[in-house]
Amino acid sequence: MTASLFYLFAVGLLGASLFVVLNPNPMYSVVALVFGFANLAAIYFLLEAYFIGALQVLVYAGAIMVLFLFVVMLLNVQSDADHPSLPRVFRIGSWWFGALALVFIGLFLLLVGRSALALLAPSEVPPTQIGSVSQVGEALFTRYLLPFELASLLLTVALIGTVFLAKKKI
Amino acid sequence: MNAADILSTLPELVLTVTALGLLLLEVMGKPPRARFVWVALGGVGLALGLEFAVPSEGQFYAGMISVDLFTRFFNVLFLTTAAGSLLISVPYLRRTLEERGEYYALTLFATVGMMFMAKAHDLTITFLGLELLSVSLYILVAFYRNRVRSNEAGLKYLLLGAFSTGFFLFGIALIYGSTGTTHYDGIRLAIGSGEQLSMALTVTGFGLLIIGFAFKVALVPFHMYAPDVYEGAPTPITAFVSTGPKVAGFAAFLKVIATAFAFTTQHWWGILWILAAITMTVGNITALRQDNLKRMLAFSGVAHAGYLAIAIMVGSADSAFALLFYLAAYAITTLGAFGIVSLIEGEDESGLDMDSYRGLARRSPYLAGVFALIMLSLAGFPPTAGFLGKFFIFSAAIDEGYTWLVIIAVVNSLISVYYYLRPVVAMYMQEPADESAVAVPAFIVPVLLLVVLVALGLGLFPMSLVKNSIAAAGSLF
Amino acid sequence: MYNDFAPIPIFIILSVVFIAFALFLQHLIAPAKRSALKDSPYECGEEVEGSAWVQFNIRFYVIALIFIVFEVEVVLLFPWAVVFKELGLIAFVEMVVFLGILTVGLVAVWRRGDLDWVKMVVPYGQGRYAKLAQPQDDVDH
Repeated sequence: MTASLFYLFAVGLLGASLFVVLNPNPMYSVVALVFGFANLAAIYFLLEAYFIGALQVLVYAGAIMVLFLFVVMLLNVQSDADHPSLPRVFRIGSWWFGALALVFIGLFLLLVGRSALALLAPSEVPPTQIGSVSQVGEALFTRYLLPFELASLLLTVALIGTVFLAKKKI
Repeated sequence: MNAADILSTLPELVLTVTALGLLLLEVMGKPPRARFVWVALGGVGLALGLEFAVPSEGQFYAGMISVDLFTRFFNVLFLTTAAGSLLISVPYLRRTLEERGEYYALTLFATVGMMFMAKAHDLTITFLGLELLSVSLYILVAFYRNRVRSNEAGLKYLLLGAFSTGFFLFGIALIYGSTGTTHYDGIRLAIGSGEQLSMALTVTGFGLLIIGFAFKVALVPFHMYAPDVYEGAPTPITAFVSTGPKVAGFAAFLKVIATAFAFTTQHWWGILWILAAITMTVGNITALRQDNLKRMLAFSGVAHAGYLAIAIMVGSADSAFALLFYLAAYAITTLGAFGIVSLIEGEDESGLDMDSYRGLARRSPYLAGVFALIMLSLAGFPPTAGFLGKFFIFSAAIDEGYTWLVIIAVVNSLISVYYYLRPVVAMYMQEPADESAVAVPAFIVPVLLLVVLVALGLGLFPMSLVKNSIAAAGSLF
Repeated sequence: MYNDFAPIPIFIILSVVFIAFALFLQHLIAPAKRSALKDSPYECGEEVEGSAWVQFNIRFYVIALIFIVFEVEVVLLFPWAVVFKELGLIAFVEMVVFLGILTVGLVAVWRRGDLDWVKMVVPYGQGRYAKLAQPQDDVDH
């Protein structure tokens, strides 16, 4: 049951991601990305990481997608005129990058492939309860306290930086 | 969390509070901007004092960080670099009317990030420190918002940096997937006891970590951003960007390899061997063709990253000590080099080419002397600290049998002499365009004194730094 | 354990089925006579003008980014609220530090007026209102 659900969502995620990369219209790409994020959230739920799953929906599929839409609209990318319908990957300038990506993927499969079979086999160990909100909270405020506070510093710097760089007048 | 935890991060806390205070001061009704630099320097000084006044040792925050002589060595280096870069910045910011609280606050935030990178004993902290450093630097590089080049540099740095961060994070994920932990000791135990899921996963994760670090310290082929970022950023920030991330990157890299992987993985496929060789060669040969001082120093920084990568790869106690010594010498001299470049630089980013240094010896003999000393130290002439650093790294590499790599490195050092001597020749053997002396603001003087002290003083009497480096490197083993 | 989350897929499936069914039904029984006018977007009875692809002002972007920062903050409040009773005072202090740091950022942004909505002042009859300044008869329909 879990395995088949996983493959369902994994295929959805991969399909959505491919669509994001290959589609010439950035607006469609953004919507496909939302779909991909939803699939990812479902995979988190399957892993019993409920909090992360909910966070994925709230932050990524919600707020970050809005930001992506704004950026697309801000850049005013026209879909039809400048972009031929053929995906960019197949055009000459991108050959190098495509080749590099293929080499990387090949290398990755080569390295991970050996252990892939072991990974694919369903785990016999009953999943431990690590993903519920209270468990995340307990880990966050005891063991992972320092990363938690550092994250707030990082958020502050990002906030200051964005506003500083994006505002016309200061 | 208890009192010992807080005491172990007291310097970082002081810097954070200072930076937040500067942010608030900036938005006051009438910000006392001329005093900001003193606030920032006060914070740095206090942190430096606390580093010695409240020494702690061991692991804190549930094992998230470890504090020992190694971290203290780097904290002192980071704080010195930060103070130097703040001092260099003041005349530049005042000249261009951009003195703002955010600038100082972001410099301090970046320093906090660096300090946590060295203190990290868990990949989570390493990552967050790296991000804090990077995000602050992205903003600082693009700080001059009305300069196209500054913006372009910031954007390039952000895009490529975000990309490399992705690699880094993916590496952490793979290592976590394989060993079930992000804690350095836990990773070492899992690898040592064979409890990891698969060696291939761990090694792939480690390879991705290498890419992340290689970007931050600008190893070829991940150096593409360096010349453009160094050239486009305001010169004091270039000084900071060329020292801070490099030192912090190598510190965290060394600590990860030493404590999490126990020097077992860095020989993997000889990838660091190749990276070091290519980096030295590409950095030096490209630097030959640069006429812009900032670009030249950028490629020289790339080349130095190559020498430093040798020390990482060798992975002996000697090479770790050599790495620390070299980093200290490199950071301070490069800081001074960019400090002087920012003095010679004219309005609208003019005066960065080799011609602007013609006859500097006649115009400002002391300044020219310091600059010549820096160039000699970077090129590795005896009796400077740069020479000793190279000597320590090369001899550690030969001891471990990396003769060919050392031969490549020595040939590269010889090549580098040419471009390091070009400004020296221009300063001492060519006629100046005008005879007026270069104004040296009081803020820069301490930096120049420090440079002389490090480059020449440590070259002649190196034992104090050698002892500290050996002790600091020793706490990794 | 999955039973706790059973309503979610059921809701998703139901909503998809419901909408698909409604669309299918109207496809079956509604008369379909397509024309160019019918296919154009509905703009409250006004004539469609220009493209929907207009360049947004950067202020939306700034607001969206500030929103994300504080949404992440709020999301992290959830686990805190859940474990607050067990961990007690120390968790409270930790959260105060976390919020305090972010509040400094907020105060800095707020005091500088970056949260103010930048108003675009377009004089009457200029920019996108150019047509209004002309006598209405000249506007060709």
